[in-house]
Formats: sequence, structure tokens, C-alpha cells
Amino acid sequence: MSEPKKDDGLISVNIDRVEVRCRPGENIVEVAASIGHEIPHYCYHPKLSVSGNCRMCLVEMGLPGKDRATGKLLHNTDGSPLIQWFPGPAIACGTRAAPGMHIRTTSEVVKKCREGVMEFLLLNHPLDCPICDQAGECRLQEFSTHYGRGYSRFLEEKNVKPKRTVLGPRVTLDDERCILCSRCIRFSREIARDDVLGFTDRGSYSTLTCFPGRKLENNYSLNTVDICPVGALTSTDFRFKMRVWFLKASPSIDTETSTGCNTAVWSREGKIYRITPRRNDGVNDTWMPDSGRTLYKQVEAENRLQQSLVRGQPAAFADALREATTILTGGTRASGSVAVVGSGRSSVEEQFLLKKLAGALGGATAQIVGRVGEGDDLLVSKDKNPNVRGALLTGLIDALPVPQLSGLAREIDAGRVKTLLVVGEDLVGAGLNAAQLAKVSIVYVGTHLDATAAKAAVVLAGLTVFEKFGSFINQQFRIQKFHRAVPGPAGARDDLVLLASLLANVSGAEAPSVMESVWAAMSAEVPALAGLSFARIPATGKVLDGAPWSSLPFIEGKTMHFNPAAARAPAAVTA
Amino acid sequence: MPVTETRLLLKYADEPDYTPGIDSYLMVGGYEMLKKAVGMKPEEIRNEVKGSGLRGRGGAGFPCGVKWDLVDRKSGKPIYLICNCDESEPGTFKDRQLVHKDPHQLIEGMMISAFANDVKLAFIYIREEMPKGAKILSAAIDEARARGFVGANICGSSYSCELIVHRGAGAYICGEETGLIESLEGKRAYPRIKPPYFPAVLGLYNCPTIVNNVETLCNIVHILRMGVVEYNKIGRPNNTGTRLWCVSGHVQRPGYFEVAGITMGQLLYDLCGGPRPGRKFKAIVPGGGSMKILRYDEKFKGKKPNGEAYEYGVDDIPLDFDGVAAAGSMSGSGGMMVMDDSVDILEALANLTQFYAHESCGQCTPCREGSQWARKITARMCTGNGQPGDLDTLYDMAGNIGGRTVCPMGFSTTWPVQSYIDKFREEIVAKARENRCGMPREARLIQK
Repeated sequence: MSEPKKDDGLISVNIDRVEVRCRPGENIVEVAASIGHEIPHYCYHPKLSVSGNCRMCLVEMGLPGKDRATGKLLHNTDGSPLIQWFPGPAIACGTRAAPGMHIRTTSEVVKKCREGVMEFLLLNHPLDCPICDQAGECRLQEFSTHYGRGYSRFLEEKNVKPKRTVLGPRVTLDDERCILCSRCIRFSREIARDDVLGFTDRGSYSTLTCFPGRKLENNYSLNTVDICPVGALTSTDFRFKMRVWFLKASPSIDTETSTGCNTAVWSREGKIYRITPRRNDGVNDTWMPDSGRTLYKQVEAENRLQQSLVRGQPAAFADALREATTILTGGTRASGSVAVVGSGRSSVEEQFLLKKLAGALGGATAQIVGRVGEGDDLLVSKDKNPNVRGALLTGLIDALPVPQLSGLAREIDAGRVKTLLVVGEDLVGAGLNAAQLAKVSIVYVGTHLDATAAKAAVVLAGLTVFEKFGSFINQQFRIQKFHRAVPGPAGARDDLVLLASLLANVSGAEAPSVMESVWAAMSAEVPALAGLSFARIPATGKVLDGAPWSSLPFIEGKTMHFNPAAARAPAAVTA
Repeated sequence: MPVTETRLLLKYADEPDYTPGIDSYLMVGGYEMLKKAVGMKPEEIRNEVKGSGLRGRGGAGFPCGVKWDLVDRKSGKPIYLICNCDESEPGTFKDRQLVHKDPHQLIEGMMISAFANDVKLAFIYIREEMPKGAKILSAAIDEARARGFVGANICGSSYSCELIVHRGAGAYICGEETGLIESLEGKRAYPRIKPPYFPAVLGLYNCPTIVNNVETLCNIVHILRMGVVEYNKIGRPNNTGTRLWCVSGHVQRPGYFEVAGITMGQLLYDLCGGPRPGRKFKAIVPGGGSMKILRYDEKFKGKKPNGEAYEYGVDDIPLDFDGVAAAGSMSGSGGMMVMDDSVDILEALANLTQFYAHESCGQCTPCREGSQWARKITARMCTGNGQPGDLDTLYDMAGNIGGRTVCPMGFSTTWPVQSYIDKFREEIVAKARENRCGMPREARLIQK
């Protein structure tokens, strides 16, 4: 092609007569999608290897003709390049963009191919969408209405395969619905690195199953449910609980580790039904661990705080707030007699307000409870706090947190600390015992009635991550937003409001209590957040400058898109 | 004057006293070509093979020399040679003869090919259903190794190459070269997508790999022995060398025949003795079950070299790649199945579709579902439950399979189904109707 040479490294591909600039070798499914041309596909998944078995993405493909002897490009009589179309259709998912490539996604041949493949896929697939759990988010349903022929010519009996096969503790399989796209097999092998799935039997009787004696029980098993294009693999927890078209998806963040997997929280009428991953190529691709999917159950847990308490008795919010203020400011206020324990699970905004509150109470910083656990090199990091870096950024802490607050325990034993302000942490198990808690007056801001809340003089009921919005900073120093999925209990208050109220009462000055005003104050004070506002954080987050903390010995190991060793060491050494 | 066979590959195989042992082979000049080869330059051998125009005998007829040319020799990775001995196309039993009766010819051909392509490790992938063949080959390889024709320092040269017999597990799809490679790697024999997995570049263990049929590799010995000029005198241009035809079905003397430059009629009548007494030929599947069927009374249009058009019948079809292709089918693997007028063509089609449904590997949608559907429709028509429109559905559906699958096996359903319907539509409809009239299938079979 006589296209002008550009040095952006991009090439030109012609899709349905539209010239598209793309990277050489880019997948044609993606190139077409970039201009809004859908190439239907089942087996292709952007984050898995290409298997090319569903044949749904067949397109017509042509390349600029070359003279065999001279290698020169051939031209039509009008001077346009002569395109030599391949005699048969090609799979778009297995086709890589090449200079001057021509693709037809809407021709009669392509239409016939899709009709044929759709008809074949539906032959042995149960046509009982009304009772299928996938209905509403089923590619088979969608593509058969878009690209199918609309009626069946199949007069024979359908193949019978196992229904309700238990593949593992969280996944149930309906083999009759399986279209054998092998996405789940490739995921288990390539991403989860737990090769347990395979096909048995042959031809039309091929059946998905676990290898003998094995189970699909790794911590990523539910991703197979997400990527299953049909209703074959279902989540045992979610199946048949709710029709998906009633559900609303709210963007959120997985709070179980510092990886910060992007999630979607699916809810209806104030009740959460499931959590699924949300694509973020910089963090979690399209995956998330199973362990993060059940976190919503804390919302309706037995010990969930429905309202504020004063000495164990339900109290109006205003009364509880007044009592808390008295405890925090009253009595003999020897310097340092109030200790503040924050949380690595609080949002950046809450940590910022807590830092202000700690300052107003006479301490420069506070401490948070460290959480260390096993990492898996994938999406579960060793740091089980989602927002330690937020606490560092806002100045709430200036060193990495430790799991056991033995220093605080000594201070209490020595009688120097008489009052505790605790946000969302159970100190029993974090180095303090019941006797020590009994020696101090506790103001507890949190969501659940744990052992610390039970000992607290005042409990201010807050909201879980699913009921509020805010931001977390993950292990990459990427600030990511989470949004409200469901409303909280009537007696609970947004943590921002709780902390701002306490701050105003303690300091006697006005304190910001809504997101925009907190951010206005925060971006002015925190250098790393300068110029940023909550609204301006992109949906996929924004990586902040973590250089001031680069010398801290963070505990995370390597995860999917995070390699601390490589980040710290000079490039030459890692190469 | 009746034609005779042109025996090249099978020259000694059926001689009395000729055994698969190495002594027999050495007595008739065996391994002399390997000795000659290791003294040549690999390119010289490759040029000989290319010059001979040898076309692959596995089915597609792709020129062997061109296939060798496509091999990526600059990758730095090892190059593998695989002998495809997964002969499983219905009606084909030629490789079996070569393996059972003259295994050393194959080994010599393989070692020459291995030397010509700088191969250090070669495999013979033999189908599970040939246990005797596998035993014979393994024994022959041991003999050859003991004499220095396989293994280290072949024929005293610095060239070494190991040869391994690998048995399949009984699947038709392992005959497809990338399916074979997957199977050889120990995986399920799902054919690979091309691009990117062209064996010449990304074959066995993602290394450049040559996959050749048994008969093709045996021919290498004779190309080297005769030289390109002499070899090319056998057969027509672009169809050089002999071909092994396996004739089964309704002829008086079914069997395998190594021939060159004859017509289908000469094979059917002179070598196979014509139809059974009182019967007439009805249809011929020329190259294995998956190839398009020919009606015996069909007429084809040809052009003489002077441009004059003429008509010819099945008997006049030249028995080679181009000749059968000109008649609208393919010589494929050389498995010729002959049907006379006693055959219920619908039953024959049902039988074939059942085979291809059973052997579809199940990887890609059209073949997996389509082949099974074809089986179900034809089986239903056979049992008296045919419906009007069945054939139209069958025909159109079969057209959605071939060419849209991962491997060429999609055509194994498309071609038979469409060609049977094209050529025997009235008869199939009549049979299906007759079947509906209530006579039990068993009774009809007995009546025949």
C-alpha cells in the first residue's frame, strides 16, 4: 500500500472498508472492536491463549497481492492495491494484523458462516433459557438473536450429558449447556496454574470434567464461571438466586489484600448477590480470587452494628457522638493519653480525617494494625490490608504497620494511655488482651460488634466498603475508587461524617465531611495527591508517586502486575 | 493387452521367501542408498527429491520437496521427522503392506530423509490398530541399529539419528499432521490452528517438523537409486512415481496394486477382474472414504492437448493425482472403494457419516456437531423415519462444515454427503421413501 509512512509503529488495516490504525500483530477481534465492529466469539478471550475452536469469529481475509517473481505489490487498473482474498474464511481470533490486510465482517459468506456455527452450537444445547441461570448474560442467547437463523432444522434427539456436576466447592457444571470452548481449561492451565479440567470422550459427546481424583478448588475457580460464555459453569453460591437483568453492577475494589482487584458488586434493592471481577489490565486483568467474592456477606453478618451504642445500649447518633466527644476531650488530658488506632482497611479519605483527628487529640500520628498472610504470586498479596499506602500518603502512619500492637499494650499497662480511639479494628488479637482493654475508655468507630466494640464505652456505627464510596491505594501506589452498591443500615453513618463530626467537636473548628471538601483539603496538603480530585481519578485508577516511601520494606512479593524486586532494583540488574 | 503392475515399492514384498528381516532387505541391495546418501550433501538429496516432483502419498498430494523447503532451518531449534503411519482412512491399507512386508525400506527412506534435513530424532507414529506392524518396525529398527543404519554414526559417518516407534491410541484424527504431533507430545489429538502452528515452523515441541506418509518416505529410496531422470519417466508429469491403490468392495479380485500411468478402467477390469458375475459397477469412491464419490455412468468433459473437447467416462480417468482431480474427486490416500448395483447408496452414506461422526475429535464446532447431525439424519432415513426436506437440510448443513474447521477433516463429512446427494439424489429419496413403507430394515437386508 502506498500509505504515508508514519513512525508511530502503527500499521493500517482495512476492516469493512474502514481504515484502522493498529499495532502490527494485534488480534483482529480487538482491532475490529476498536472501531465498534463486533466479531462474535466464544472461545477467544483477550487474556487467554488463542484456541480457535468455536469458529464463530470467521471472517473473510485478504492481503495485498504480490508478484511472485519480483515481490512487488500488484495494483488494480485504477491504481488501488490488488487485494487477494483467501479462498475460505479465516478465524479473526487467530489472525494477526498485517500491513494492508483487508477484513470483511459483514459479507454474505461471513453471515452464512455465523448462521452455520450458531445452528451447530444450538443443536445439542438445551433451549430452555427461561430456566437457565445464564439467561440475560449468555453469549449463546445474544449471538443467536444477532447472528442466528432464527429457527431450528434439527429433528433428532439431543445428546444427553451430566447435569449438576460438582466440580469443586464453589463451581457446579451443567455439561449439556457446555459448548466446549475450552476457556475454563485454558484459564486453569495458564492463569490459575492448576491444570484440573479437561475433556473426556470424543466428538459431539465430548464432556468437560475434572481429572480423576482432582477438584476445581483453587482460589481462582470462580473465574471459570465468569468466562464461561454459556450457563455451563455456574457459581454454587449465586446460581438460581437472582436473574441477572435485575442486578445493578457497582464498581468496587476487592479489600482482602493490597492487590486491589477491581470488582463489580451486583445488587438489587439493597441486597448484594455476587461480586465479579472488573477488567483492569494494570491490576487484575479480568480475574479475581474466589476469597474476595464472599466479602459481601459481612454486610448482613449476625454481629453487624445496626446503630450506635453507648456502654452497650442503643443510643441516638447525636447522644453517642456527644458521649464520644466527652470521652476523647474530657478528664485529665495528659499529653499522649489518647491513642488512636486506625485501619489499613479505611479509605484514603477516612485516613486523612483520622490523621487530623489524631493531631487534634495531641498525637502527631496514629498506628494501624498490620496484616500479613500468604501470597500466591497472582492476585493475593502478602499484605492483607488494602490501603496501607493510603495511611502512609496521608501521614496517618510514618512506618509500616506491625500485626501486634505490643507498644500500645505496654503504654496501657504503664498507665500512660487512658483513652483509645479505634477505627474498624479488633484489638483483641492485635496484641491487646481483655484486661488491657478494660483499663481504658474506648471510642469505637466500626461496622461489626467485635470484642473491642463490646468493651467500648461508645460505639459509632459506620459503613462497610459496599455502602460508601472512597478510594484505596494499592501495592502499586495506584489510587482506585470504590462506589456505593447498597445503602447501609438506617442507624449507621458514613465514616466520613462520623470522623468529621468527631474532628469538629474535638478541634472546635469546621471539618470537611463530604467527598469533595475532603479531597479539596487533602489535595492541598498531601503532595502526592496535588491536583487530583475524587472525580478525576480514572475508573482504572491512577498510579501515584511512591518514591518517598520506596525505602520502606513492604512485605508484598511478586503478583500478577507487580514485581517489587524489579521495581526497586536498577533495570540492568533485573535484565 | 491387459496392463500389469509397476512394482517399485512392493517389488520384493510379495516374493516368496522375502521376509521383513534385514537379511532379505540387504540381499536385494538394501541400505545401499543410505550409504550413498551420507556421502552426499543434504542439499543435493533435497534437490533430487524436489526435482523428482514426488507428491505426498498421504492424501493431499503436496509436493514433498516443497514441504521440505518450507522447513525453518535457521531457527536454531532441532528439526524432527515424523513418519505418519496412522493409516486410518476408510478403504486404505497400503502403508500396512509396506510396514509389514518391507519395514527396512521405510527405515532406509526415513534415514535418508532425516540426513537430508539434518534431523537428529525421527519418529514413526503408527496407529494403535497395527500392533503387528509396530512390533515388526521395532524389531527392524533394532536390526538396523545393530548394523549401523540407525543410531550413532550411521554407515560409519559422523551423522547420527535415532528412530523411535510411537503407537497411537486409536483415533482417526491422529492422521492429521498437527493432531498427530499433539498426540506424540502426549496430549489429546486436537489439530492445531494454522497459522501459527505450521509444522514446518512450529511442529513437534514447537520445533520445525516434517511429517511424511509411509509411502512418500519409501519413495525417497527409489528416487535416489534411480536418479531424477529415470524416476520421472514413471507416471505422467506432475504425477511421477508409482502409486499404491487399495481396491476394496465389489470387484472380483480386491487388493493392493502398485501401478503407474494406467486408467481407472484398467485397474478395475485388468487388475481387479471387473464386477462380480451378474453385477454392474454403480459407484466408486476413488481415494478413501472422505473423497467425493463418482457415479460409474458419469461422463466428464476433458480437453485434448489440441484444445478439442471430448467426453470420457470413469473407466478413462487417469489413475493419478491430476486425473482423479479432473473428474471432480481426489485420489487421496488411494483407498478405492467399489460399489456395484447391490449397494443401497443411502446405507453406504449412513455408514460413512457414522464413521466420521465417531471419529470427529470434537475440538471445533462445525465438525463436532455437523458430523453427528449428519449421522443422525442418515440413520433416521435408513430406519424409515425420513422426512421431506431431509436431503436439503443435510446438503446445506454439510456445506457449513468443510473449510470452516480447524483441520481439513471437516471436508470428510462435507464431501461424501454432498457428492452422494449430488449424484444419487433420486435413489436416496426413493430408498428413504421405501424405508418408510414399513418393511423392517432387517427384512430388507435379508432380501438382498
